[in-house]
Amino acid sequence: MFALSRVPLLFSARALTTNVGRRPFSSATNSNGLNSLSTFTEDEQIMRESVATFAKEVIKPLVPEMEETEQMPKELLQQLFEMGLMGIETSAELGGSEMSFTSALIAIEELAKVDPSVSALVDIHNTLSGTCLQRYGNEDLHKRYLSKMATGSIASFCLSEAGAGSDAFSLQTKAEDKGDHYLLNGSKMWISNSGEADFFIVFANADPSKGYKGISCFMVEKEWGVQIAKKEKKLGLRASSTCVLNFDDVRVPKENVIGEIGQGYKYSIDILNEGRIGIAAQMLGVAQGAFDLAVPYLFERKQFGKHIGTFQGMQYQYAQIAAEIETARLVTYNAARMREEGRNIMHEAAIAKLIACQVAERSASKAIEWMGGIGFTREAGVEKFYRDAKIGSIYEGTSNMMLQTIAKNISNNISR
Amino acid sequence: MASFTAKKAFSISAVSRTTPTSLHTFTEDENMLRQSVSDFAQNVLKPLVPEMEEKEQMPKQLIKDLFEYGLMGIETDIELGGSEQSFTAALIAIEELAKVEPGVSAMVDIHNTLCNTIFKKYASKSLCDKYLPQFATKALTSFCLSEAGAGSDAFALQTRAEDKGDHYLLNGTKMWISNSAEADVFIVFANVDPSKGYRGISCFVVEREWGVQIAKKEKKLGLRSSSTCVVNFDDIKVPKENVLGEIGKGYKYAIEMLNEGRIGIAAQMCGLAQGAYNMALPYIFERKQFGKHIGEFQGMQHQYAQIATEIEAARLLTYNAARMKEEGRVFVQEAAMAKLFASQVAEKAASKAIEWMGGIGFTREAGVEKFYRDAKIGAIYEGTSNIQLQTIAKLQAEKYK
Repeated sequence: MFALSRVPLLFSARALTTNVGRRPFSSATNSNGLNSLSTFTEDEQIMRESVATFAKEVIKPLVPEMEETEQMPKELLQQLFEMGLMGIETSAELGGSEMSFTSALIAIEELAKVDPSVSALVDIHNTLSGTCLQRYGNEDLHKRYLSKMATGSIASFCLSEAGAGSDAFSLQTKAEDKGDHYLLNGSKMWISNSGEADFFIVFANADPSKGYKGISCFMVEKEWGVQIAKKEKKLGLRASSTCVLNFDDVRVPKENVIGEIGQGYKYSIDILNEGRIGIAAQMLGVAQGAFDLAVPYLFERKQFGKHIGTFQGMQYQYAQIAAEIETARLVTYNAARMREEGRNIMHEAAIAKLIACQVAERSASKAIEWMGGIGFTREAGVEKFYRDAKIGSIYEGTSNMMLQTIAKNISNNISR
Repeated sequence: MASFTAKKAFSISAVSRTTPTSLHTFTEDENMLRQSVSDFAQNVLKPLVPEMEEKEQMPKQLIKDLFEYGLMGIETDIELGGSEQSFTAALIAIEELAKVEPGVSAMVDIHNTLCNTIFKKYASKSLCDKYLPQFATKALTSFCLSEAGAGSDAFALQTRAEDKGDHYLLNGTKMWISNSAEADVFIVFANVDPSKGYRGISCFVVEREWGVQIAKKEKKLGLRSSSTCVVNFDDIKVPKENVLGEIGKGYKYAIEMLNEGRIGIAAQMCGLAQGAYNMALPYIFERKQFGKHIGEFQGMQHQYAQIATEIEAARLLTYNAARMKEEGRVFVQEAAMAKLFASQVAEKAASKAIEWMGGIGFTREAGVEKFYRDAKIGAIYEGTSNIQLQTIAKLQAEKYK
């Protein structure tokens, strides 16, 4: 069992690395106090080492069964909380780990190298649900929910509906003002972690006559009547529950409005803009995880009298993928640091997600090919990354939406 | 549902014989075959797909149906029970099946273009007379070349065939053998004289009941309905009559068969690409977001136009290689190019088809994600994409040295 707060500081950053061919990280800055993206704080380095170890020793043995049964084991969820991975940025007094946004990304990346479903769970819980409550909830909501979310309860982020995907603001779920409470009615779709969640951050319209300006954000507890309906059978991310949710006259007390009525659309844009850096980190882990499985194999497998990794055609292929993974890494971590610097990162976050999910798919696809027939078997474990990679170009904003966002930003900024 | 009846005469009717044709021109027989396989795929095969996927099984009745439809001896002479159609006709059947289920397509492809063909080209008349009718009407075959240590380097195979006077004794283990769980007859490459290296490799026709053991069945990413197994031969007695062709020429036969066989895989991949595309396109004209059909957004338009272009290019490479073969030309490079390109296009098309269908594309229920999983085998079996590149490079270099 690992508890983040008890990890000794002697944990050397140079010790373990699961990354094939990567240099260990170290803290350094130049004489002006400026650094490269290879520089991390001591806490961030410790986060990487301990999550990598946890992923390898605790999660990895569970993966085959998680894949076949499409289930997330309860004990694993508990351990994620115990590791301090479910309230990474939450303040210590509320029970969180009070670490940087980059630390959260590091955890998400390291988990994804082994199981992208677990990574998605941690990512969404932290960077969507946690951030939403932290940023827009009042102190009362923080006290009542943030600490539970850091220590034992999962919160799902409920925005999408059958008719509201990319066009999220066409959502139809309604919240009727009933004086001392709101009455929630509607259906959500594609909701991650909903099978395991206790809390639901739900976007619903309190005044449809105002169009999207009626959209508001509510903190809903499962026991108030949230129904988990159809669980999707998916290509990948199988251990992550993706369900339809029904709200049938669910009473939400006024105190559980997050932020202001009618501002929900702003909150969701804001949160998703940043949340996509989390997906970028997950995809980076997918790319690296597939690569790390395949490249050692190239130096075990011999054909025509030599290791297949020594054929020049092969060399060029894995060098190309390594270069692309590095690119994805840099756009992701740069966006993270920009956010920590307080900058607007809508453009950079969209770029990071777009690039990282494309690289993830390419890397996993190539990794299967490099492993030949074996790569095509489920037993070898690499095909899983190819299946998991595909969600990256769809959720939290499709790749077409990323292109749109980037294009809009470019055209808005052209000086004439 | 029409059962396809074989006809020998090619009637091109209105098409002038003096002007060379485009690759969009087919004989009447070829057109009829396309229609009837397409109907079969929609009416008989399609309803079976979800269960075949979840169970990873090839239904016995389906295999029987394929025989009845004349799809298992497409190029075999009529007097031997086949349909005596062109090589292109075989590709058409493979392509149409793959639009619905690439696993079934693979089975029909391997049975026709590797197994039937090796008999037709190299087997004695008596072997042909004995087996080809069975292969056309009821007996499924497997092509057994690969081993755990002999993938791209196929000739490093270790399976041994010892000359025992009136028979050969077969010992060894094959791996990655398609359709082996259902096959009745196995075409096995084994070495009769390892001191000669690859020049000892020979080809044997082995009946399952002589003791062929089907061991581990692989659990795969895709092509799930197609059984892929380890096959063990433990002191199997193969009568001398069952040597296919000449002793020591097996390596030549294998190369020849695989060179042609890759056009078959290219056809499978073309079908796969088209199948995925055919699922996604109607959807983008049903699904509305931001007040209009998502297929009307220009970004989308450019994406599906690009994929349609690439599918057409893959198809042309494939059918051109087929026509070159029928013309009696050397087609090694064209076959390699067709397989390389078609498998790449298949993966791209399936990948994009999922994206176009959004969240729904990611569900198994929608049926499009299957093509993405199935596509990946195209870059691996019957010669990896790296081997195709190697083949093409070698032939290119010869032209320029």
